[in-house]
Amino acid sequence: MLFSANKYLKKYTEAAPLAAFRLFFGLMMFASILRFWANGWIEKLYIAPKFFFSYYGFEWVQPIGEYTYFIFIICGLSALTVAAGYKYRISIIVFFLSFTYIELMDKTTYLNHYYFISILSFLMIFLPANVYFSIDAWRDKKKSFQKVPAWCVDSLKLLLAIVYFYAGLAKLNSDWLLRAMPLKIWLPSKYDLPWLGDIMQQEWLHYAFSWSGMLYDLFIPFLLLWRRTRFAAFIMVIIFHVLTRVLFPIGMFPYIMIVSALIFFSPMLHHRILKFIAEIFKINKSRFDTSEVFQFPDITGKIVRTVVVIFFTIQLLLPWRYLAYPGELFWTEEGFRFSWRVMLMEKAGYAQFKIVDAETGNRFYVNNSDFLTPFQEKQMSFQPDFILQYAKFLEDHFSKDGHQNIEIYVENYVALNGRKSAPYIDPDVNLLNFADSFEHKEFILPFQDEIKGL
Amino acid sequence: MIKFSRLFIVFALIFAACSSEDDGTETGGETGGTDSFDRGAMLVNWADNIIVPAYNNMATKTQNVESAASAFTAAPDAAGLQQIREDYVDAYKSFQSVSMFQVGKAEEINYRSYLNTYPANTSNIESKISSGSFNLELPSSFAEQGLPALDYLLFGMGTSEETVALYSSNENYRTYLNAVASRMNALTTEVSNSWNGDYRDTFVSNTSSSSTGSVDKFTNDYVMYFEKILRSGKIGFPAGAFTGTASPSNVEARFNGEISRELYLEAVQSFEDFFYGRHFSGNGTGSSYKQYLEYLDIMKDGADLASLIENQLDAIQSQSSSLETNLKSQVEKDNTKMLEAYDELQKAVILLKVDMMQALSISVDYVDSDGD
Repeated sequence: MLFSANKYLKKYTEAAPLAAFRLFFGLMMFASILRFWANGWIEKLYIAPKFFFSYYGFEWVQPIGEYTYFIFIICGLSALTVAAGYKYRISIIVFFLSFTYIELMDKTTYLNHYYFISILSFLMIFLPANVYFSIDAWRDKKKSFQKVPAWCVDSLKLLLAIVYFYAGLAKLNSDWLLRAMPLKIWLPSKYDLPWLGDIMQQEWLHYAFSWSGMLYDLFIPFLLLWRRTRFAAFIMVIIFHVLTRVLFPIGMFPYIMIVSALIFFSPMLHHRILKFIAEIFKINKSRFDTSEVFQFPDITGKIVRTVVVIFFTIQLLLPWRYLAYPGELFWTEEGFRFSWRVMLMEKAGYAQFKIVDAETGNRFYVNNSDFLTPFQEKQMSFQPDFILQYAKFLEDHFSKDGHQNIEIYVENYVALNGRKSAPYIDPDVNLLNFADSFEHKEFILPFQDEIKGL
Repeated sequence: MIKFSRLFIVFALIFAACSSEDDGTETGGETGGTDSFDRGAMLVNWADNIIVPAYNNMATKTQNVESAASAFTAAPDAAGLQQIREDYVDAYKSFQSVSMFQVGKAEEINYRSYLNTYPANTSNIESKISSGSFNLELPSSFAEQGLPALDYLLFGMGTSEETVALYSSNENYRTYLNAVASRMNALTTEVSNSWNGDYRDTFVSNTSSSSTGSVDKFTNDYVMYFEKILRSGKIGFPAGAFTGTASPSNVEARFNGEISRELYLEAVQSFEDFFYGRHFSGNGTGSSYKQYLEYLDIMKDGADLASLIENQLDAIQSQSSSLETNLKSQVEKDNTKMLEAYDELQKAVILLKVDMMQALSISVDYVDSDGD
């Protein structure tokens, strides 16, 4: 039986899962923004630093001083209106733009999870998540539908499946599976956890966690898809993410992933969840049960489906772009970001920049803490694109200070997954001879070991 | 229906269970199992056998300085000057074994900055002496007191005869010398009293692995001390490593002129002794970074980091034998030796700050943001 795209596109399903997803997503995002603010991170990460590391091509995205708080306010409010399904299309677009803007302001804070939120909210722009159990649908009967095209719900499952599966593929390497790195570094330092502290010291546990983490990531999407394993799989989702929450400082994300995984459940469950919520807030849920089927207008539908297909093509291919670069991915980090390599390595570095006057030969070292926050300095010290961008910044700074004929060299050591630190950037290369680009950075010294695997 | 409610309960339970675990301030009473490293025991060794005795020793030395200062100022003569100079040298050397312990009270009162901010600001000192009014408790007066000020007051006034003559004839100098000596002793006493009191228990019982835990916090300070105070302060700044221009006046104890290398070596030795867990008095050793790293190395099958650090500390010691006893004249005559010393220290910084911190899974300068 061949899969027929036309037939599939005509398939419909209940809108309830999509509505529940929208509701939880919005609330979780609102809580994340509040938490970010309450922790003082807006000030610390986006206002206090003197200099920000930009993504290549997005140098124009900068924090706007004290007004940066407004971006967070806009982002938080739009998350709420997304949750409520109020002026949904505008809300989700505003949320996507503001959230993505925040993430682009400084790549020091890059996390796979933030990237996930960005692309998920982009996808949600094209989904009719407000046709059920929303203010939009409540206010306007014409916008109220009980059913949506099946692909709208399936696309969320697909995105989650990509995240998990690719994260699992990334774990198929010798450091993770044969050396139990970096868990072997991280877990023993959790010695003070009640009950678990002592077994965190056991080598077998490091291997057990590595292997089960890999198997979990690779298989969980399929176990969630299959009705007969779904419930057990969801229990695993909860256990896995709660455990990561206990062991690592990963904020809201475990909860977000747990709630997102609900999308795999049948519409019946979502109806029950929504009914439960409706009862608490005295909402007449039956008003939404119109039996109406949502259909994209012809042209719009075509555009939307094209965008979604292109979106997923990119999502499937982009994580593989590292294959286009020579060298060890973990070492060079060329193609590392946006590829679901989640908590996969322990890397630390030390970078001492030397400003040289090419004519007189006079030289001096830079005190990084004069310009960078400890967090920025840490991230900069082992990522070549940060190092290059920082060198450009130093050039600007010191030439404004009146220094001339500037050359900038860096003495840089990096330790990866428990290996002894080794020289990272060629110390004899004047960094100012290079412009940042997507090309391979020739000045990265080769990795002295081998990591086998994907 | 049954399925969902069951699911909901599990969900809610686990949700609740883990959210109470956030602060991570458990005391984690180490069970001392054969295959887990006992950090509590390491903290006890650090406190009882190294830090507390080192501060007690320092308190004796600053007490001596204070007594010698009051004896000398009561009746300035050559013998009195000789006595206080000797006591000053003793105190300066002893200071090298406590300078790295900038935690607890020492951190709170900024002990290191008050005792050893150098070079001393001699023109401010002179103007305060001549005006006769000063307040050494102001943070702005770091460079006008402590050991560098004593260095200037005892060795920066010309020959011994001239110095005795100056103190005999000028009451303001006598007042200032006494003030510097007694403040130094008061601060040291405050820190050593705190360690002999409650703070020792606070320090030792805080075995948490969070950023506020003793091991994590102390390790950050210890490594920072090596980089900023030992490498940059004693060698890097005078050698001009950061400016490109040598600056001999930045040498520690420059007026004395004879002890700068010795002070550097004392600091390296104390740092090393601490790494090995050597007791401050006697020849005993106890639980230490070295043992901790060895334990982790066996488990991780990594590079033998403990010996790499040992070898590098040895290399620093042996390079230092090529330095003159007076680092100021070393900088003036042959600064390349100083830059070589810097390079050796730098290699150790990388081992400590990158490799050791990674092995211990302690992040440098805590950043409390989320990870993936």
